[in-house]
Amino acid sequence: TGRDPPGPAEDEAPAAAAAGAAGREGGGGGEEGEGRARGGAEAGGCYLALCARPVHFEKANPVNCVFFDEANKQVFAVRSGGATGVVVKGLEDRNPISFRMEDKGEVKCIKFSLGNKILAVQRTLKSVDFLNFIPDSPQLEYTQECKTKNANILGFCWTSSTEIVFITDQGIEFYQVLPEKRSLKLLKNQSINVNWYMYCPESSVILLSTTVLGNVLQPFYFKSGTMSKLSKFEIELPAAPKSSKLSLSERDIAMATIYGQLYVLYLRHHSRTSNSTGAEVVLYHLPREGSCKKTHILKLNRTGKFALNVVDNLVVVHHQDTETSVVFDIKLKGEFDGSTTIHQFVLPPRSIQPYQIPVAGPASVTSQAPVPCKLYSSSWIVFQPDIIISASEGYLWSLQVKLEPVVNLLLDKGKLMDFLLQRKECKMVILSVCSQMLSEPERGSLSVIATVFDKLNHEYKKYLEAEQSYTMVVETGLSRSNPLLKRPVRTQAVIDQSDMYTHVLSVFTEKKEAPHKFTIAVLMEYIRSLNQFQIAVQHYLYELVIKTLVQHNLFYMLHQFLQYHVLSDSKPLACLLLSLESIYPPAHQLSLDMLKRLSTANDEIVEVLLSKHQVLAALRFIRGIGGHDSISARKFLDAAKQAEDEMLFYTIFRFFEQRNQRLRGNPSFTPGEHCEEHVTFFKQVFGEQALMKPTTF
Amino acid sequence: LRMAAAGAAGQEKQLAPTLLSFFIYNPKLGPKEGEEEKKILFYHPNEVEKNEKIRNVGLCEAIVQFTRTFSPTKPAKSLHTQKNRQFFHEPEENFWMVMVVRNPIIEKHKDGKPVYEYQEEELLDKVYSSVLQQCYSMYKLFNGTFLRAMEDGGVKMLKERLEKFFHRYLQTLHLQSCDLLDVFCGISFFPLDKMTYLKIQSFINRMEESLNIVKYTAFLYNDQLIWSGLEQDDMRILYKYLTTSLFPRHMEPELAGRDSPIRAEMPGNLQHYGRFLTGPLNLNDPETKCRFPKIFVNTDDTYEELHLIVYKSLTSPFSLPDTASIPPTLEFCRKLDSIVGPQLTVLASDICEQYNINKRISGAEKEPQFKFIYFNHMNLAEKSTIHMRKTPSVSLASVHPDLMKILGDINSDFSRVDEDEEIIVKAMSDYWVVGKKSDQRELYVILNQKNVNLIEVNEEVKKLCATQFNNIFFLD
Repeated sequence: TGRDPPGPAEDEAPAAAAAGAAGREGGGGGEEGEGRARGGAEAGGCYLALCARPVHFEKANPVNCVFFDEANKQVFAVRSGGATGVVVKGLEDRNPISFRMEDKGEVKCIKFSLGNKILAVQRTLKSVDFLNFIPDSPQLEYTQECKTKNANILGFCWTSSTEIVFITDQGIEFYQVLPEKRSLKLLKNQSINVNWYMYCPESSVILLSTTVLGNVLQPFYFKSGTMSKLSKFEIELPAAPKSSKLSLSERDIAMATIYGQLYVLYLRHHSRTSNSTGAEVVLYHLPREGSCKKTHILKLNRTGKFALNVVDNLVVVHHQDTETSVVFDIKLKGEFDGSTTIHQFVLPPRSIQPYQIPVAGPASVTSQAPVPCKLYSSSWIVFQPDIIISASEGYLWSLQVKLEPVVNLLLDKGKLMDFLLQRKECKMVILSVCSQMLSEPERGSLSVIATVFDKLNHEYKKYLEAEQSYTMVVETGLSRSNPLLKRPVRTQAVIDQSDMYTHVLSVFTEKKEAPHKFTIAVLMEYIRSLNQFQIAVQHYLYELVIKTLVQHNLFYMLHQFLQYHVLSDSKPLACLLLSLESIYPPAHQLSLDMLKRLSTANDEIVEVLLSKHQVLAALRFIRGIGGHDSISARKFLDAAKQAEDEMLFYTIFRFFEQRNQRLRGNPSFTPGEHCEEHVTFFKQVFGEQALMKPTTF
Repeated sequence: LRMAAAGAAGQEKQLAPTLLSFFIYNPKLGPKEGEEEKKILFYHPNEVEKNEKIRNVGLCEAIVQFTRTFSPTKPAKSLHTQKNRQFFHEPEENFWMVMVVRNPIIEKHKDGKPVYEYQEEELLDKVYSSVLQQCYSMYKLFNGTFLRAMEDGGVKMLKERLEKFFHRYLQTLHLQSCDLLDVFCGISFFPLDKMTYLKIQSFINRMEESLNIVKYTAFLYNDQLIWSGLEQDDMRILYKYLTTSLFPRHMEPELAGRDSPIRAEMPGNLQHYGRFLTGPLNLNDPETKCRFPKIFVNTDDTYEELHLIVYKSLTSPFSLPDTASIPPTLEFCRKLDSIVGPQLTVLASDICEQYNINKRISGAEKEPQFKFIYFNHMNLAEKSTIHMRKTPSVSLASVHPDLMKILGDINSDFSRVDEDEEIIVKAMSDYWVVGKKSDQRELYVILNQKNVNLIEVNEEVKKLCATQFNNIFFLD
C-alpha cells in the first residue's frame, strides 16, 4: 500500500479522510527518506519554503473534525458536530470566526459562501443545510434536498456569495440561495454519471470524472448565474486497464491556473509496460472556448509518491520518498515534439526549507526551543494551488518560492533571467544578479552581460509598448467602445532604466573596482541593448557614461561617441558638454553642434556665443534664423562692450540703429530698451556726429 | 576679396618640385670644432661629400640660431632661396630635421637652348612643413622617439634606426603632389547610424575581452575610420600609414580576383573572409612566421610599445587590434581569426546594408555638385570631393594645381587669425574659390560657373552648407 501517491487535491477533505489518508500511506517511507532530505537541506539552496505565519488549528481528533475550503482558503475546526463550537481560520483573514451550531449529526462538508455570507453544511447524502451570516437576516437554518431522485450528494461548491453547485453521483445542480426567503432556487441542472469531481475556485470550473474508467473529464464553467458546459476530454491512461473499473483517481488530477490559463494536471505514474524513465505530469490546457489539448509533459525521472502544487506559475512536484521537490516552468524552453513540449525540471531537487514550529502560545515558557517540523510527512495533505496542511500537527501553510537560492543553482545567466523574469517578486533578485555579474569574483563576460540586458529590456519594451497603445486608445477616446481595455499591469519583471541606474550601474561605476575599459563596455552594452529595443535612453545614463569617460581622461572616446550620436542630443547633455570645455576644449564645438541640431535651443546658442564674446557670430546666427528683429539690443551691446573691442561695439551699435530705423523709422533707441548707457559710451568714443541721422522721406 | 589670375601654361615644360636633401642632426652631439660630423645623425643623399654635409648642417644651425634672436620661441621654419626651399623642424629638443626641396622649374626654349626659370613662390610653406612633421610622426610610430633610441643604444642605435626607416620612407614622399590635405592630415570617418555603430562597439569590446592581449582596437570600413581606441594623435598617423601605405599595397592582389595566389594559399577558410594584413599569411602552416610590426604610442605619457595586427575581412572592413608588448603567437592568431573572422563578415554586411540605405536616402550616388574640402580641427574629420581615391603612390587632386595653391594660400591666411573668416577668390577661367572658417572648422569650395557674381557665389556656398553641413553649427 505504501506505493500509493498521496492525494494531491482532495477537495474539502474532511479530517476523517485526512486521517485516513495518513493511515493508508503509512510512515515507513517517510522515515527512510529523512536522511536524504537533510542532505538536500544541508547542500543549501532550498528554494521552497513554508510561509512564516501558518494557520494553526486544533488538530483532528475523535471530537474535533477539521475541514478545508479551497475557495476561501479556510480551515474549519468543528467540535462535537458544532455544538461545542466551530472555529474558522483563513490564511488571509487573521481574525478567526467562531460560532456554535446545533449538533444534527456528523458533518460531511462545511463551507462559507464567498465573503462569508452564508454557511453551507452537508450532514447527509441527500441534503445540504444553510445558515445565514448576513446581519439582520433570518438566523434559522434551512435545508435543500437534491432534486435528482435516488442521487447521493458527493459534495457542493460555492461559486459566488449566493450561488452554489451540488455535485451528485448522477449530475450537477446549480442553485441560487435566497437568504431572506431561506430557500434555494434551481438555476440549472445536468444529468451525468459522476465518479468524482474537482473544483477550481480561481477559474470557477468544476471538473467531473465520468465513464466507467473515469478518464473522461467533463468541465463546467460558472459565471453570474450561468453554467456552461465546456468540451469534454479524455485523459490518456498509461496502459490499457485490465478491467473496467475506475482507473483514474482524483488524487492524480489537479487543476490550476498557470500564466493565466487553466490547466488540468495529470500525474501519470511510471508503468512497467511503457518505456518511460519515471513518472510524469501531463498538462492539459483547458481553454474557455475550444477543446482541451495536451500541451506539456513534465518529466519527473523518478517513481514513488508525489504531490503537486502550483506556486508563482511554477509547477512544484513533491516527492515523498526522497523528501525533495522539483519545479517546472512551462514558459521556459522545452523539447517540442510537434504537439507537446517536454520539460525537465529547472532546478535540481531540493527539500523544502527546514521549518521550526513555534512553541504554542505566547504565554508558554520562552526557554522551550522550537520544534523542527517533520517535512514531507505522510500526514501532509496538499491542496491547490499552494496549500500544505499537516492534519496531525494542526498547521496550514502556503508554499512559497524563494528566489535568492535560485541564483546559485542556475548558473546559466540567460536561463536564470528567463526564470526570474517570470516570478512575482523578482525585481530585487534580478537587480542583485546584475550587480553580482558586474563585480568580482563572479564577474560575467560581456556576452553574458549583453544577454542579460537584452532579456531585461525585452520585458521592459513589452510593457512600454502595452502602456503606449493603452494611452493611445484612451487619448483617441476609443476606450469607451472597448470596456475590456485595462491599463497594463507593471509587474516586477519590468526593470527600467532608473532601476538599473539606481541599483546597479551607478553603484558599479562608483565602486571603481573594475578596469575602466570594462566599466565603459558595460555601460555601452546597456545603451546598445536599449537602442536595439528602440527604448529612448534616459539622460542620466549618458551622464554616467560621460562622467566615467571624463574621470579616465578618455575624451577622444567621448568625442567619437558624440560624433556618431550614440549619446543622443538633448539640452541637458549640451549643457553638460559646455561645462567640460575647460578640461576638454572641443566640448564647446560638440555642444554648439548639439544645440543646433535640437533646433529648439536657439536662445541657448546665442547665450553661449555671447558668453564667449562672439557677438558678431551670435548676431549672424540669429539673423540667419530670422530672429534679429526681436532680440534685446541691450544684451548684445553689453556683450560687445565687455569684449573691449571698439570696432565691434561700433558695428553692433550701428546694426541696432539700422534695425530701429527699419522698424520704427528712427535710429534712436526707445527708453524701454535701456540702452542709454551704451548711447553715452558710443558718443564718448565715436563722437555725437557718429550717431545715425534719422532718414527722412 | 582678393583677385588672383593665373596664366595658362604655354609651350613650356614644367618640372615638379623634388627632394634635394633631407638630414637630421643634433648640435649637442658634436659641439667642439672638428667634431661637426658627429652632429649628423642621418643624411640623404648619403653620397654627398662629408664636408658638404657639415657645411649644410652648419648653415641650418646658423639660420636657426640667428632667427632665434628675433623670436626665441619660434625660430625659423623655412628658408626661401631662388632654387630651393629649406624646412626646419625640431621635433624633440635639440634634434633638428631639415628637408630641402627644389622649387618647381619652368623649362623654356630660347634660341633653341633650354632656359630654366625657378618658380620661387610656388611652394607653400605650410604644406611642406607638414610633410616634414609627418616624417617625424611616422618614424616615431614605428621606432619610438629619438631620445628613446639614444637611451636604448646610444647614437649608434639611433643612426641605425634612422637609416633603416628613412632610406625607404623618403622614396614614398611624392613631393610633387602634396597639397592642403597634407596640412590637415585628417581622418575620413565612415558615416554610420547609431545602432550599427553600437553593434560595432559591442563587437570590439567583446573581442578585446576574449583576446585579452589586445589593448586597443581601431575599426575601419572602406578606408574610413569608424572607431579608434587609440588617442587622436596616434590614430592620425596610423590612419595615414594604413590608408596610404598598407591597404593600397594589399589592394592589387585582391583586385586580381578569387583565383589570385593569396586566396589559393588559404584553404579551409570558407566560412568567412578574414585574413591578416600583418603577421601570418597562412594560419594552417605551422612554420608560418608570426611577426607583427611594432608601433609606439602615447610616447609623451605611458610610452607603450605594441604590436600592430591588421586583420581584414574580404568585404573590406579592417579591424586593427594593437596588442601589448607580448608578441602574439600563431595560436593567438588562430583564435583571433576564429573569433573575429565570422563576426566581422556579418558586421560588414550590416554596415554595407546600412551604407546603401543611407546612400539611397541622401541620393548621394550622384557625382557631387560641388568640389570641396572640409576639415575639422577638433576631431580631424576630413572630407574631400576634390581628391580621387588614394593610391599607393599618390593622392590626386582633380583640379588644376593653381586652384590647389589658392586653397593653400587661404588656409595660411586662416591660420594667422583666430576669428571666423570668409575669403572669396575669383580665379582664372570662371573659377571661384571660397574659403570659410567657423570656429575650428574650415571649408574650401571650388565653383566653376560662367558669369556669376559675388552674391551668387555666396548663395551657392550657403546652399552647399545647408545640404552637407546641416548637422553642425557652421555659421553662414
